[in-house]
Amino acid sequence: MNWGSAGEFFAMGGYGLYVWGSFGVTAAALLIEVVLVRHRLAAVRRGLRRELAADRDTQD
Amino acid sequence: MSQRLINWFKFASPASFYPLAGKMWPWFAALGTALAAAGLWISFFVAPTDFQQGEGYRIIFIHVPASWMSMFIYCVMAFWAAIGITFNTRLSGMMSSALAPTGALFAFLSLWTGALWGKPMWGAWWVWDARLTSELILFFLYIGYIALTAAIDDPRRADKAGAIVALVGVVNVPIIYFSVKWWNTLHQGASVSMTKAPTMATTMLWGMLIMALAFWMYSIAIALYRVRAIILERERHATWVAELPEMQR
Repeated sequence: MNWGSAGEFFAMGGYGLYVWGSFGVTAAALLIEVVLVRHRLAAVRRGLRRELAADRDTQD
Repeated sequence: MSQRLINWFKFASPASFYPLAGKMWPWFAALGTALAAAGLWISFFVAPTDFQQGEGYRIIFIHVPASWMSMFIYCVMAFWAAIGITFNTRLSGMMSSALAPTGALFAFLSLWTGALWGKPMWGAWWVWDARLTSELILFFLYIGYIALTAAIDDPRRADKAGAIVALVGVVNVPIIYFSVKWWNTLHQGASVSMTKAPTMATTMLWGMLIMALAFWMYSIAIALYRVRAIILERERHATWVAELPEMQR
């Protein structure tokens, strides 16, 4: 184990800004990508379902 | 032989790849999450403090994997581009487009974490050195690919134009890789070499390799997920799309 306390862990031996800036931005970027791509698929499906429903209505 | 070719081309049809990708992505996502958990644990709790760089070196656990992925994804894009141009398969262009945003993201993360590592160790966020500059060019190639394909209305023509960018741009990948050997540079040499025994502590090496695998699985999962959206966007008027279970109510 490298760390005596939580404070030491977050300080990263004085490199806290750089280490957490790297890991934090990476985590945030990957999360945002996941949210965006889920939104994209959901949006296409929603649009297609609406189009198909409209087609069915005009045929009836 | 011909039998095998037919089987491969079956999955080149968007109609059969859409459900296949839907079945595959959760496995890669689960694997990626598990590997990331293990990799982060090693990065912070198992790998020892570096004798030269203290705790600052821990950026390596995302910097190197992100850089590897940015180069590897570009090669995969170029592979699909070559397949698309040779066999004229529709799915190839969709695969390239599905990979480009993730590749661009990893190229950005490589530059970002590199800047945050360079500042405390070299005293500069950025230097115009061969390694950094060629990685920046890779990032611009991804952006160029995305912008070009988005600017052309007909998706098939957009794929063709994008494929040319992907294939021409791929020469940059070996330039990035060998830049630290070819030019005098501030950037350190290759972290892992095929020809020499590793020079880093084994726990550090393992942490880096596991994080690289985690990013790899993540990239496959997100590309499979994105390609499903692209397939639906492009095949919206196909009968098989209307017949999908998720389109019924």
